[in-house]
Parts: sequence; structure tokens; C-alpha cells
Amino acid sequence: MPHERRLMEGSEAIAEAAIAAGCRFFSGYPMTPFTEVLECFAKRLPEEGGACINAESEIEAIGQAWGAAATGARAATGSTGQGLSLMQESMSEITRAEIPIVIFNMARGQGDYFQATRGGGHGDYRHIVLSPQSVGEAVDLTQLAFHLADKWRHPVVIYGDYLIAHTAEAVGIEAIDYGPLPEKEWAVDGSLGGTGRSRNVNPIGMEKGSKGIDPNGFWQKLADKEDAILDAEQRYEAVDTEDADLLIVAFGTLARFARAAMRDLRAEGLKVGLFRPISLWPFPKEALAKAAEGCKRVAVLEQNAGQMIEDVQLSLLGAVPVVPIGGISTDPAGFGIGALLDSDLIAGRARDAHAGRPVPRGVVS
Amino acid sequence: MTDPNDPLRVIPTDAPPIGACRKTGDSLPPLTLMGEHDLCPGCGEPLALRQILDAIDAMDMAQRAIGTIGIGCYTALTSLMDIDLIQALHGRAPSVATGAKRMRPETLVFTLQGDGDMVNEGLQEVIHTAARGENVTCILLNNGVFGETGGHMTATTVLGQRTKNSIEGRDAGEHGFPILIGDLLARLEGTAYCARASVHDAKGVARTRRFLDRAFESQMKGQGFSFVEILTMCPTGWFLPTAEGPDYLDQELGAIHEVGELKKDGVLIES
Repeated sequence: MPHERRLMEGSEAIAEAAIAAGCRFFSGYPMTPFTEVLECFAKRLPEEGGACINAESEIEAIGQAWGAAATGARAATGSTGQGLSLMQESMSEITRAEIPIVIFNMARGQGDYFQATRGGGHGDYRHIVLSPQSVGEAVDLTQLAFHLADKWRHPVVIYGDYLIAHTAEAVGIEAIDYGPLPEKEWAVDGSLGGTGRSRNVNPIGMEKGSKGIDPNGFWQKLADKEDAILDAEQRYEAVDTEDADLLIVAFGTLARFARAAMRDLRAEGLKVGLFRPISLWPFPKEALAKAAEGCKRVAVLEQNAGQMIEDVQLSLLGAVPVVPIGGISTDPAGFGIGALLDSDLIAGRARDAHAGRPVPRGVVS
Repeated sequence: MTDPNDPLRVIPTDAPPIGACRKTGDSLPPLTLMGEHDLCPGCGEPLALRQILDAIDAMDMAQRAIGTIGIGCYTALTSLMDIDLIQALHGRAPSVATGAKRMRPETLVFTLQGDGDMVNEGLQEVIHTAARGENVTCILLNNGVFGETGGHMTATTVLGQRTKNSIEGRDAGEHGFPILIGDLLARLEGTAYCARASVHDAKGVARTRRFLDRAFESQMKGQGFSFVEILTMCPTGWFLPTAEGPDYLDQELGAIHEVGELKKDGVLIES
């Protein structure tokens, strides 16, 4: 019974949310911590009249999703950061071919921020990246991802992690109506051959009936669209930022630990706020700059050697000092369950940052 | 498509005499949007494409067909194909075709790939697509070279063949042996139909068409994976005078990549 709230692991909730959003095609290759997302699609999509393929590699997984999405179906693939590395060539080309597709990245921690937000592929492109902090939010953002993909004809990445994929939370899955979408007249359904109006969904700007391409015009059109996405799709959460001396910036599940730390610090009388980017691209620059107004310092909490901090610095342009309070921190298997996932430890580092004391650098263990 | 400065062009009058000489581009064959292309003189790929489009037209499948296209010289031909197309990456067309077919099972789904695309970069994709018995038709245009880069060695280059990066000829000790992709795919259980054709002469062109018809029929019957390899001339990439292309294809490439049907209705044909 999909409408009932029940305890569900994130992997299952994501697959169910995708199916509720109309996803009928999935292809993937097992890899921890993403594997259970594939398992759930493999079980559920045939029941819904869809198809799930156990691809022979991530390269083929995204190729198959590419073909399905190009026919107009809602289609998705996924992996962890390592698998996404293999997919980058296609992610770049799919963006240029303007094919809506959703990619579930159950990353091994936050070291793949640059991969997700800059794109590891060739060429001049960006794709939308949404980062849930909980299973419940993953359900909403999964459905939003399919909507935004269709709205903009653009790939959308869900940046989750081990905790999103493997934490069970009570969630209800219902189809969310994000509003009307344009007809997919561009989609290759095979029906227009021989009419003189047949289509060619391609990443290089080829037009039927004319020789040669116009790369400048083609790429500029994509750049204009990405500018429009930049303006329209910034998402974030700002908590207790109005009176804050110290603003913590954190994304994904780590932001939940930051929030617990923030509550403790507030109880001590320290004015600490939290800013959580939900869309990592487009990064909510203006909202962050506004939230940081009046702060003495901005503390960037991320589980890596320092990646999102560049977006924070670009947002603030030196207006407020920026201090890193996170660091490299994972479990012995490398899945991102590190010592940094500790609200007491985070509170201690935030206390240091608040007081202007040096914050420890290096591996957080 | 017409150039008024072209001195060879016969200008059509308001009332041309019956049988007036025209450029080929003035009357378009089925499923063709333009009468010209930019491929080299003597290239076999347009001949192969003509057979593919004619086969689709004869089956009356034009409005139920999706082509997924690889990257090579033939990619330029997509501008003139009046068929719904998805442009794939180098080597990835069988995967893209798989996704398209699963969502549109009523359509005729085919790939168009070269030997560099399919047998070098995308070998894993075509093998797994065949092994799954995916109900699509993969079409290989095999000329034994990377034509678009100017004549470099591929996985199907025959021993002794000179290319720009095997300048003394392909040597088994140094470069390994050519892959006979049709023979490989025929051995997979998921493959229902498998054949190798050549467009080096009129008989070969007719046989190409016959094999394509059978592959497409096999797909529409839902028999599983179907494959047609078409040997095509590339005099530019072979560094040969244009007119010598067909004989070279027949005698050099054709001697190793032997023409004929390899599998029909899921049954291997022993040579």
C-alpha cells in the first residue's frame, strides 16, 4: 500500500518514489552503497510494466537509460561515485543532447562533490544536483528530479550517500504534482520516419536536412538554458540565520549532525545558524550571501578535503571569513561512515570557529 | 541542394522534356532528405545505407522505426535519413538501442556502427546485447579502418593491411589478429540471425539487401538479436585509387571476413 507511512530503507523509498513519479526504466550495476537501489527497481519495475536491466557495466547502464529516455519514457540509472566516474562521458553527451534522465548517486561520503557539481565529463556543461538530508526528503527530491529533468530537458543527479541508502525511516510515497510540463514533441518514438519531419536527438547539433553543424550556436543555446536553470532552481534551507554570529554550511546527511550540534550550541547561548544547500548545482549563492550577512564567520562542514568551500567562498566573495571545520573522515571500508558524523565533535569544532580559535585540520578520527 | 554556379548541373526548365538529364539529387529515393552527402568518392557506406533505408521502406516500417547511430563517417549521413534517430556515443549504440526497444517494443530498432565503433570501442556492448537476446538489429559497416581519422588500424584490419598506425602492414606479432565479429556473435545463444554481406559489386549489394530484410523480419518476429555486417569500401583509408576499392574489398578484406549467412532462425549455418 504505497500511501501508508511505513518504515522503509532509503534505497526502497527512492525506487518507490521514482515509480510514483512515472519512472518506467532503470538500468544499473551493483556497487556499494547503491546496490539496493538496483535491487528494488529490479523487483518493482516489472510489476509496474516497466523494465529494469542488470547492465554489464555502468557505461552500458547509462547508455540504456539514455535510449529509454530519448523515446520519451521517464528513465533513470545510478551508482556510487566510482560508477559515476565511468558514466561521465555519457552524462556530458546526454546533457548536450537535452535528454531528461535521473541519476541516483549513492556516494561514498562527500568526496564526490566536485564530480557531482562540476561534472567529470568533457565539454561546457552543468547538470542539476539535488542533495537530500533524509529518506523523507529523498522521496520528495526524487520526484522533483524527474519533474525538473522533463521541465528543462536536462539530467538531474540525486547526491545521496550510505546513510540515505541504508537508513530506514517512516515515509509515505505518493505522487507529487509539481505542475504541468510541456509535451515531449522532441522524443524519438519512431513515428515520424518518411514524413520529412523525422527527429534526431543528438549531442552535436546536427539538424535533419542540412549538412554541417553550428557548434557555437548549439553550445550557446545550452549555456542560455543553464543560465535560466541557475536563476530558477536554487534550493536551500536556512535555520536560525537571522541573529547568527556563526553560520554553519553543510549539505546532505551531514547537515543533520550539524543541526543537532547547532541546537546544543544555541542551548549554551551561542548564536549559531545553519545554511543547507539542497541544490548543489545551481548553488544557492545569493541566499547564502544573505544568510551570512552580519555573521562573524562562516564555518563550512563537509566530509572531504575541502570542495564545497569553494562555492561558499564564491558566494560570499570575501564579505565574511570562511573557515573549514570538516575534513577527510571515513570508515575502514571507505563508505563514508566516519568519525565526523558526531554532533558533539561538530559542536566542539563550531565552538572553536565561533571563538576564533584554530580548528583542527587533517583526518577526522 | 542545388548550386547555380555548378557548371555540370543541368538547369531544369519550366517544362523539361521527358527524360531530361537531372542530377541524382533532383529526385530523392525513399526516406532520404537530401540528395548529396560529404563522404569520399568510392565510399561504400552510402551504398549500405541505401539498402537499409530501402529495406525499411519495403517493410512499411518507416513510421515505426528508430535508428541509434554510432560515431564515424556514416554519422554525417544521419542528416539525410528520414527516420527517427538517436545519436549515441562511439561504441554505445547497442545500449542506447536496448533502452529504446524496451520502451518502444513495437518499433524496428537498429544500430548503425562502424568497425572502430562496434569492434574496438564498443565490443562489450554488442556482445552483451547479443547475449541478452535483445530484440534489436545491430548493423556494422566494416571497412577495416578508422575512416574518419584518416585510415588507422581497427580490430577488423586484416593481417598485412597498411594503415597510418601499422604502416608496414598489420603484423600478428605486433598488432594481434583481426576479430571476426560476425562469427563471434553468431556463436552466442541470444543471436537469432547473423550474416555478413559486402557492397563491392551489384550482386553483393543485392545480397546485402536480402540479409537486411531477413534481419529486420527476425526482429519483428521477436526471435532475438539480429546482426548484419556489411563490408564497405574505403579507398581513402586504404590509400588506394578510388576505382580499386571494390576489388581490394573483395580480395583482401573479403578473404578474411567471409561473406555469407552465419545463423538463421537461431541455427548456426556451417560453412
